[in-house]
Amino acid sequence: MAATRTSGDLRLAGLTKEFDTFTAVHPMDLVIPEGSFFALLGPSGCGKTTTLRMVAGLEQPTAGRIHIGDTEITDTKAHQRNVNTVFQSYALFPHMNVLENVEFGLRRRGDKNATVKAKEALELVQLGEVAKKKPAQLSGGMQQRVALARAVVNRPDVLLLDEPLGALDLKLRRQMQIELKRIQQEVGLTFIHVTHDQEEAMTMADTIAVMNAGRIEQLGDPATLYEHPASTFVANFLGQSNLLKVTVTGPARNGEVPVTAYDTALTVAADHVPGDAKEVWLGVRPEKLRMGEHGGPNRLHGTVSDVSFTGVATQYLVRMPWGKELTVVQQNDGSGRARPGEDVTISWAAEHGFALDAAQAADAGVEEEG
Amino acid sequence: MAEGAAVVGTGAPVRKPVRRGRWVPYALLAPGLLWLVVFFVVPMITLGSQSLQEGNIDDGYVFTGNVSIYADAVQRYWPHLVRSIGYAATATVLALVLGYPLAYFMAQKAGRWKNILLILVIAPFFTSFLIRTLAWRNILSDDGPVVAFAQSTGFTSLLQAVGLTSNDTLLASKFAVICGLTYNFLPFMILPLYASLERLDPRLVEAAGDLYASPREAFRRVTWPLSLPGVVAGTLLTFIPAAGDFINSRLLGNTETVMIGQVIDSQFLRVLDYPLAAALSFILLTMIVVLVAFYVRKAGTEELV
Repeated sequence: MAATRTSGDLRLAGLTKEFDTFTAVHPMDLVIPEGSFFALLGPSGCGKTTTLRMVAGLEQPTAGRIHIGDTEITDTKAHQRNVNTVFQSYALFPHMNVLENVEFGLRRRGDKNATVKAKEALELVQLGEVAKKKPAQLSGGMQQRVALARAVVNRPDVLLLDEPLGALDLKLRRQMQIELKRIQQEVGLTFIHVTHDQEEAMTMADTIAVMNAGRIEQLGDPATLYEHPASTFVANFLGQSNLLKVTVTGPARNGEVPVTAYDTALTVAADHVPGDAKEVWLGVRPEKLRMGEHGGPNRLHGTVSDVSFTGVATQYLVRMPWGKELTVVQQNDGSGRARPGEDVTISWAAEHGFALDAAQAADAGVEEEG
Repeated sequence: MAEGAAVVGTGAPVRKPVRRGRWVPYALLAPGLLWLVVFFVVPMITLGSQSLQEGNIDDGYVFTGNVSIYADAVQRYWPHLVRSIGYAATATVLALVLGYPLAYFMAQKAGRWKNILLILVIAPFFTSFLIRTLAWRNILSDDGPVVAFAQSTGFTSLLQAVGLTSNDTLLASKFAVICGLTYNFLPFMILPLYASLERLDPRLVEAAGDLYASPREAFRRVTWPLSLPGVVAGTLLTFIPAAGDFINSRLLGNTETVMIGQVIDSQFLRVLDYPLAAALSFILLTMIVVLVAFYVRKAGTEELV
């Protein structure tokens, strides 16, 4: 990550936050390159917002340092940092109109062109016409864009977004995701986006840090995190995973390691098997599994126990002889559909599997609905 | 009729909600209106007519339309009127200065102590206004520890130098009257301030800090303007009764600190010059209304949400 260090990278070194009874953020080292769209992803209470608030200066770290480029900002106050936040609640000033809200930061720094710049920022978020309105007169989506304009207009070194789309409905959220990405590319600022929505993080961010219980579980681009999760938590939190406990039966051959699961011989790509493990979790994403035998050499037989049609795809639950249900997602590409009760073979290619340390809980990071 | 028609579809028996609804607001208003007419409008008219009567208590009063009494009253008592407004304004400012930080702390920082502090603010109301003011006579009495402390620190000399007291003690002075007014009306300042600061979202102050506002600027630009409704309500609730107060100046003041309320009180109850007392009441009322209207206009145009 730190290979191309430029002047405006955000660097966290051993950043820690302890509250009276628990540690919200364990010592964290992280470099966020200038101009990147970075996501801190994790369930609520994982420490992502606390991390963000420490960067903003709204929370004092217990230990550790924060640098932007070569400047240390750990001990500076929030109003002295060239960092702005888009708050989850937007926190627009209700007694000021939209333009005054956007001008606020510029005026505090004595910018002579505050009004001109604020109007430009409002154009950027396509809200030029509502400049004279009070925030309460705007819809949630518009308020969100005002909050964004109010932060972006200051051209901060780092722009922090705290679950900025959390209060919007699904359709508006999708729209704003694309919008946010466009604006980030247009202004070229470093965006750090905190979210618990894995789809949102993957849609927008170049790099995602998956956080769990105050620690970064894995850091990488969305595709790597999805295809090569480093832990069962990441495997389950980002998308769905089928996890099978398997026993390694021999050394790697042709880049593939033979394993067995419930007396069925399977293979998994060698680079995914940790060290000299004897037992591992073999994980496969539901959409990598195929109904029938054309998916690859790994085959399991089971009975369809549930079929749900979702439009673009069909999701099956297939019960294995030993009782576990695997999830299979098949594109709605015109091929025939299996019915509940039908005996089926499911198959997948060795390279579509990933292996994880068997010491972890299989259900770590399974998202609770609601 | 349209509302009645909408009910048909549900299969419920058609009633006439439209007619029924029409008089309900008036029925709900009626007791309050009646109260206002009986206890505000009627007395005001009586008072107005009284001020234009002539005569004395033994022979009775006759309405003569003697408007000149207003000019006489102002001429005789303008120092008391000005003094009352001055004392009330000073007490209001002091109450604001003392009350704002307390209300802010209670609303924003006190956490679980919030309710206890609120009770402490209201607690003095459990004893009578008169008793509380009399207590100040004890507190400020010439041989008490407060005076001794004030003398030893040179505070009494300072007060004397600026003309708030006339000797080396505290009681029977402008200072004592203003203290009493401030004390007695402080809760009326704190409670509205508390109510508006309670509603202030602390995240707005955070956002101001995030947008380069120093704590002082954040207060000036965000906290203060958003608490203005409370400031306006609190200052009015303090200033208006303080301007007409007659207890504090009587119990804590001297002949040089007589307020207009005290004059009205003695004209009505001791001198029994009803027309003069009524005229003074109207003059005080007019002054307060004009000042308040000016103040609310000034404070209430731009800044209020």
